[in-house]
Parts: sequence; structure tokens; C-alpha cells
Amino acid sequence: MSSANGMNAGTLAVRPERWRRLRDSPVFYSFTHNRTAMLSAAVLLAFVFATLLAPLLAPYDPWDLTAFDIMDSEIPPLGSAGADTRFVLGTDAMGRDMLSALLYGAGISIVIGVFATLLQAVIGVSVGLAAGYFGGRLDSLLMRIADIQLSFTTLMVAIIVLAVFQATVGLAFYEDFALIVIVLVIGIAEWPQYARTVRACVLAEKKKEYVDAARVMGLKPATIIYRHILPNTFSPLLVISTVQVANAIITEAALAFLGLGMPITKPSLGSLIKNGFEFIFSGAWWITAFPALVLVVLILAINLLGDWLRDVLNPRLYDD
Amino acid sequence: MPLLSVQNLEVVFPLRGGAVRAIRDVSFDLEPGERIGIVGESGAGKSVAAFAILNLISKPGFLASGSILFEGRDLASLDEESMRRIRGNKISMIFQDPMMTLNPVLTIGTQMVETVLAHRPLSRRQAQKIALEKLRAVQIPSAETRLEQYPHELSGGMRQRIVIAIALLSDPAIIIADEPTTALDVTIQAEILELLLRLCNDFAVGLILITHDLGVVSEVTQRILVMYAGRVIEQGATEQIIAAPMHPYTSGLIGALPEKTLAGQPLNQIPGVMPSLRDIPDGCPFHNRCAHTQPRCAQELPALSAATTTAARAVACHFPLEPR
Repeated sequence: MSSANGMNAGTLAVRPERWRRLRDSPVFYSFTHNRTAMLSAAVLLAFVFATLLAPLLAPYDPWDLTAFDIMDSEIPPLGSAGADTRFVLGTDAMGRDMLSALLYGAGISIVIGVFATLLQAVIGVSVGLAAGYFGGRLDSLLMRIADIQLSFTTLMVAIIVLAVFQATVGLAFYEDFALIVIVLVIGIAEWPQYARTVRACVLAEKKKEYVDAARVMGLKPATIIYRHILPNTFSPLLVISTVQVANAIITEAALAFLGLGMPITKPSLGSLIKNGFEFIFSGAWWITAFPALVLVVLILAINLLGDWLRDVLNPRLYDD
Repeated sequence: MPLLSVQNLEVVFPLRGGAVRAIRDVSFDLEPGERIGIVGESGAGKSVAAFAILNLISKPGFLASGSILFEGRDLASLDEESMRRIRGNKISMIFQDPMMTLNPVLTIGTQMVETVLAHRPLSRRQAQKIALEKLRAVQIPSAETRLEQYPHELSGGMRQRIVIAIALLSDPAIIIADEPTTALDVTIQAEILELLLRLCNDFAVGLILITHDLGVVSEVTQRILVMYAGRVIEQGATEQIIAAPMHPYTSGLIGALPEKTLAGQPLNQIPGVMPSLRDIPDGCPFHNRCAHTQPRCAQELPALSAATTTAARAVACHFPLEPR
């Protein structure tokens, strides 16, 4: 009788259980007691919402070149002489509203960062798991490929691929597919970071008894690798993911500055910085300064959150 | 016909300093529902024997010779996929430390469901039902809640119960338990042993209990194999061996049990240590620790031979102690 009651209570307790467990977890505690982490998360959240809602928030469509009026070009932001209340952050040389361009541009940068990192993770994690679990020749082969890939710096690979792509398909086609190609290039160039981290984790995890136990219980190698070993590598993966997102965004900005990033018709933060750079000495500082500021804040927020994650998920770094 | 028949098992580890024979000439039968114990010091080859049965000898070791007949098939010659279907399905294994055996980042439910699904084409819901059933079989209170919990949220005894429940998931014919109570509190040990014994009886599961603890073996098993330096040196019915060991080593082990010592007296112990598997002395491997050693012992390896008229009792000693 009493056991039946206990079971009912157990079933009911399951749902709030998850939430309670999260709320009571040390990670959550650390988060709510770390001002930097909370602030970074808030900034990131604001970025995500602002870019998701960009079509609603932005006063103008920055991608519709026909709607720009050349008479509105280089209007300074509010607070400067000659400002126009229609353009809070001013306009660029084409008469594009900077606020709208920033909202859309930050979105493009974040999309590139996230998807390039996802691609890196998919390739790198698969390679790392296979190399670490099966070992031997497969391990040597995959890791040598990773070494070769790493010996070409990301920027070098990206410049060559994008320049060739741009030259062969023509600018009009390039403008349509730039986003996909940039994600592919940054994703493929950086996968060894994940592969190395995952492989190192797998080598450590593989020796643990739960893997023996899983094999003894007749689980398939794929189940052991993906369901048992992979979840045990999540903490380092989470940490390098934050770094990689920030890196991908910066890489794209650097490429844009070289004229190989997002086209000015659909600008990312990097393209906007480059776009304003030629006007900076003629006094139109806002065209470059605002996107640069947004880029710095975005990268800083991601990196600070990553630092906090690294500290929390690595108990050996606790100092109190 | 026995359920499991292990014949002349030999496992070799080709190491840098030369090949090490971890177990040599190990043979035993297990009848359906029978419980046998494999006893010996660390390094005697008990666990290697267990892993050899499941064809999971850690590299670079390999099965050099011998056969493992189970349900009419030789496990030693099965391919990996057929072997996988037997592991955890027909033959399960329980390890020493339940904290190490359970995956720390997966819930108990996930780990149990996965094991069921590895062997049976069922839905997750059906697999979960089986998991619940087995958790109740090992007397875990509020089983539903446990499915949602992680290993670190449970006590050591509870974890070992869960490991046993996982071993039972596919209704195996044999459970191999490798030191199942060594990592537990003494009070919990008795509970777990009682549970194992009851489950083996209820579900007619054969048990191979591997331990260094003669007390544990005598409570649970019907038959004992005593191993020393990779060989079986004595075997027979549990009560007979405990009551009247014939090999001086077995006798020494029993004499070393704390309860055999009078209060205030030093504990009995066998002098010396078991030889390293790299340099096992000629003749009887035990001769330089043996109190009854004779010149012949240093030269000639004693074979495991029937000691009495009942063939089940065998001892590998030139000068066995008199059975009472």
C-alpha cells in the first residue's frame, strides 16, 4: 500500500524534478552569483532578440537598395549638427539607415558564427569520436589530415577559396551565395579544433569502466560512441564552441574587410565597417564606428560567457 | 549437458618483456541455474577468465587456445556481431564498483532502456516497462523516480542494485559477477549477496561469482574453483572445500580468514606473495610459499586430478592434505 503511494508521488514529481535539478545545480548557482556572466548573457540575449525581430524593429529595409535616397547620404547620428530624426544613428554614403543596417548586419554575423561553428562541430566531433574510439591506423590517418588542415590558416584558406569563387562565378552570383560559401569555408577550415578536443576526451573516457560495462552489456559500438561517450565530452565542447562562434564572426569580419566577406548589398558587421572606412577621414566616423562598437560588444559578450563556462565546468580551476 | 563448458582456456598477453600467460588450462562446467565461485588473490587470473568467456579480453591479450561452449556454440570462434548479441543478453556481467560502471551523465532510465533496445526490437515505452519491472525485482523503492535520476544521486548499495537490475534486463542464462560486493559497506554486502542469491533462484540464472573473499563465496555458491597464478589448483563442492581443503594454498586462504583467528592473536597469513605471471617458478607455482613443500614440488608441475572418488573434487598438488 505504502509503496503504491510512493510510486504515484514519484510519477507526479518527475516534471518539476527537471526544473528543480537545474535550479539547484552548481552551474545555475554560479551563474546567478556571477555578474559578468549574467550581463554577458543578457547582452547576448538582447542581440538574439534584436536580430530575430529586426524586420519589425528596423525603421527601414537596409537590403532594398532602390529605397535609398542619395539626398540622405552621410547624415550624422542624433546629437550632431545636421542630424535628422528619421535616422537615429545616421546614414551611410548610399543613404542607408545605419540602425537598420546594424540590426540586420548583426543578425548575419551571428548566423555565420553559429552555422560555421555547427559545421565545424559536426565534422570535428565525428572525426574525433572515430579517431579516439577506434584508434590505431584510422586515428593516425584522421589526425594527420587534421594537422594538415591546421597548417593552412583559416584566413589563407578562406581568401583563396572566396577569391577563386568570386572570380569564377561573377559578382552577381557571388552576392546570392556568399553566406553559404562563407559558412562552408569557415566551417571546413576550423574543424580540427573540435576533432582534437573530442579525441582527447574520448581517449580518457574510453578507459573508464562504464565503457567496458556498456560493451559487456552488448551495446553496439555506435550506441556506445554517440550515446555514452559523446555526452561525457559535452563540457569541453561547450567551452570551445563559444570561442569558435566568436572566432568565426571575427574571421568573417576580417574577410569582409578584404572585400571577400558578405557583399555590401547584404552587409554583415564586417562589411559595414569596411563600407564606412573610406569615409572615416572625411569626418563621417559613424559609418564605421557603430558597426565596430557592436562587433566588439558582441564578441566580448560571447568570450566572457565562454570564460565563465570554462571556469564553471572545470572544477580544477575553482579557487574558492 | 552443461549450460556453459569452458575447456582448456589459455589467455596470452604478448608484452614487451615477453609473452605472459594470464590463465592456463582453465576448465569448468556450469549447469543451468548453478552457482560457482572463482576464488583467488589479485592477479590470479579470475577476471581475465571472466572477460575471456565474453570474448572481451583487453588488448593486446588474446585467447591462445581452448573452447567456450555455450548453447552448442563455441564462443571463442564467434564473430563480433554474434558475440554482441550474447553479451548482456544471454550472459550478463556485474562489476566491482557501481559508481564506475554506470555512465555519470545518463539517467538510470536511459541506460536501462538502451540495454534492452540493444537486444530486443521494442519501443522505448515497452523497454521502460521492462526496466521498471527489473528495478522492482531488485527491491528498489519508488522505481519510477529512479529512472529519472542520475547515478550520483543514489547510494552505493542502490547503485549496485541498479547494476544488477541492468544485468537482469534480458533474462540472461548466466550472470558473471566480478567482485560485486568489494566496493560496498559490509552491511550492504550482505544485502546484495542475499539479493543475488534470491534472484538466481527465482529466475534460474547461473552465477559465476569472482571474488577474493572466501566468506562471500561460501554464502552464495555451490561449487568453488580456487585459482593461483593463472591455474585452477583446487575445485569441488563449496562445503567440502571450506570444511576440508586439500591444497595447502586453499588451506592457507581459509586459515587467513579473520574469524579463524583468536582474539588478541596476530592474523594468520600465507608467507610471501604470489609470483608474478612473468616468472612463475618451475614445478608447482606455490612451492616456495608452501609449508609442506618437498623436493619434487620444485621440479614437477602437479596436474589437476580427481582427488576422491567423486570426480567433481580435484586438486593440483603432489602431496594433498588429507580430506577429513
